[in-house]
Amino acid sequence: MKALVCVKRVIDYNVRIRVKSDRSGVEKDNVKMSMNPFDEIAVEEAVRLKEKGIINEIIVLSIGSESSQETIRTGLAMGGDRGILVQSSDEDIDPLNIGKIIKNVCDKEKPDLIILGKQAIDDDCNQTGQILATLLKYPQATFASKVEKNSDNSLNVTREVDGGLETIRVNIPCVITTDLRLNEPRYASLPNIMKAKQKKIDVLDINELSLDLKKRVEILEVCDPPERKPGIVVPDVDSLIDKLKNEAKIL
Amino acid sequence: MKTLVIVEHNNDSIKQTTFSTITAASKISGDVHALVLGHNSNKAVGELKKCNHLKKVYLVDREDLSNPIAENFCDEIVNFLKDNDFTHIFTPSSTFGKNLSPKIATELDVQQVSDIINIIDDHTFERPIYAGNAIAKVKSNDSIKVVTVRSTCFEPCKLDSQVDVENVSSKLSANEVVGFVNYDESKSDRPELTSAKIIISGGRGLQNGENFKLLEGIADKLGAAMGASRAAVDAGFVPNDWQVGQTGKIVAPDLYIAVGISGAIQHIAGIKDSKFIVCINKDEEAPIFKFSDFGLVADLFEALPMLENKL
Repeated sequence: MKALVCVKRVIDYNVRIRVKSDRSGVEKDNVKMSMNPFDEIAVEEAVRLKEKGIINEIIVLSIGSESSQETIRTGLAMGGDRGILVQSSDEDIDPLNIGKIIKNVCDKEKPDLIILGKQAIDDDCNQTGQILATLLKYPQATFASKVEKNSDNSLNVTREVDGGLETIRVNIPCVITTDLRLNEPRYASLPNIMKAKQKKIDVLDINELSLDLKKRVEILEVCDPPERKPGIVVPDVDSLIDKLKNEAKIL
Repeated sequence: MKTLVIVEHNNDSIKQTTFSTITAASKISGDVHALVLGHNSNKAVGELKKCNHLKKVYLVDREDLSNPIAENFCDEIVNFLKDNDFTHIFTPSSTFGKNLSPKIATELDVQQVSDIINIIDDHTFERPIYAGNAIAKVKSNDSIKVVTVRSTCFEPCKLDSQVDVENVSSKLSANEVVGFVNYDESKSDRPELTSAKIIISGGRGLQNGENFKLLEGIADKLGAAMGASRAAVDAGFVPNDWQVGQTGKIVAPDLYIAVGISGAIQHIAGIKDSKFIVCINKDEEAPIFKFSDFGLVADLFEALPMLENKL
């Protein structure tokens, strides 16, 4: 079986976000970029499935500028076999269009499993896996916290849903999106980082896919969230209870 | 303009998220309808009928719809939309809605707007990006607006109305490529995190799972839900679904009490819409103090028993 893992280059999760003064977006110049954390979990899951002998090839796909090659290399150093970059100067593509681009790659590569992070920590949309599954007409298992192969051509996937855990059975081919506790991604070792440099990355130009990728949702402006007014430090438990009773009027 | 709300329920009752989504839908126009997909869901429908703002409730009852499998729900909704014109389709931005709504949008070939926190006009919305560290104002150019609604940002609708229910017959059958196996519900006598008025959460400062008992007495007295920081969950102190924050549950109670939580940005992102935030931490330099209305610098092992006694 073949797995396709989709990875996105985003501002590193430890970086403090700064909104641009012209409100056109957030500052990305001279900011540390990394693989979206949920996508790291997706790569790790694919590598583990390969180690178990369930899949035999892992393709790491990214869509974005030339710099996204670094993100693909990270995936290859973790255990991916080869990479595909769909290169685009526009890094702000609607998830529906991202789904159409990935589907285009799937039509050629015919992966059995497509694994993606449940959401990217930049736009927080949480859509791409669901969109892709719908376009491909494959079943989806979103927010996965456990993936097990059944003896027939299906998987049991446990999903983190509000109020508990839901397990569903999905036939292969299928789309899986990863939640936080599916696994703990490994750090790539130095030899594997060196080896990854030799692995092949095919670069496709987004314009050559002949897809209609017109923008559906426009960002009008980006602002700072409203700030909370500064609070106070209370000296003891009694004054805390007093504040909650008399100022907050909650107790 | 006419809005359809996709109802989140468990056949026995309506989820709070639906009531808030109905309020959000009412801000588009007065023409709000609700669609229930389920099986033997009379009790839930009885509750839904009382919702203010609703013009009508549509019900599709099929055994295959007793569990919310996204593929089966999506097929049914797309089928329903063939005979009914709506300009807006609103779903709660819960795991139910996040799983389902993008499929509906894709079938309609439109781009969903995720997790809205404010409605400017019928095609302009505000939504958080970067875990709420920035707010984007976005405009949808699609003919049908498919939207998921962050329920903590809209008041639940009132329940003093009485609307008609139309049964919609269906000839669809379940998808064979996907099947429900089981649902392991976290059992708790406490309120759910996402709808609780008061939440008390513990962090790494609690040191182990056993010490979360110190929070229990207080939670009992306040009728509060219990939560935790990612650090406490990752350390195995408490179950996964207790996690509050960017990657866990986004909450907005009247009162949030953070105990032994330092206040990483990912945690703050999940609590900053709370009306009041209280923190108890022995490290006065902890970032959580900057976000708290009332902070108490104290050893939690001394402060918690005292707090429980005096409540």
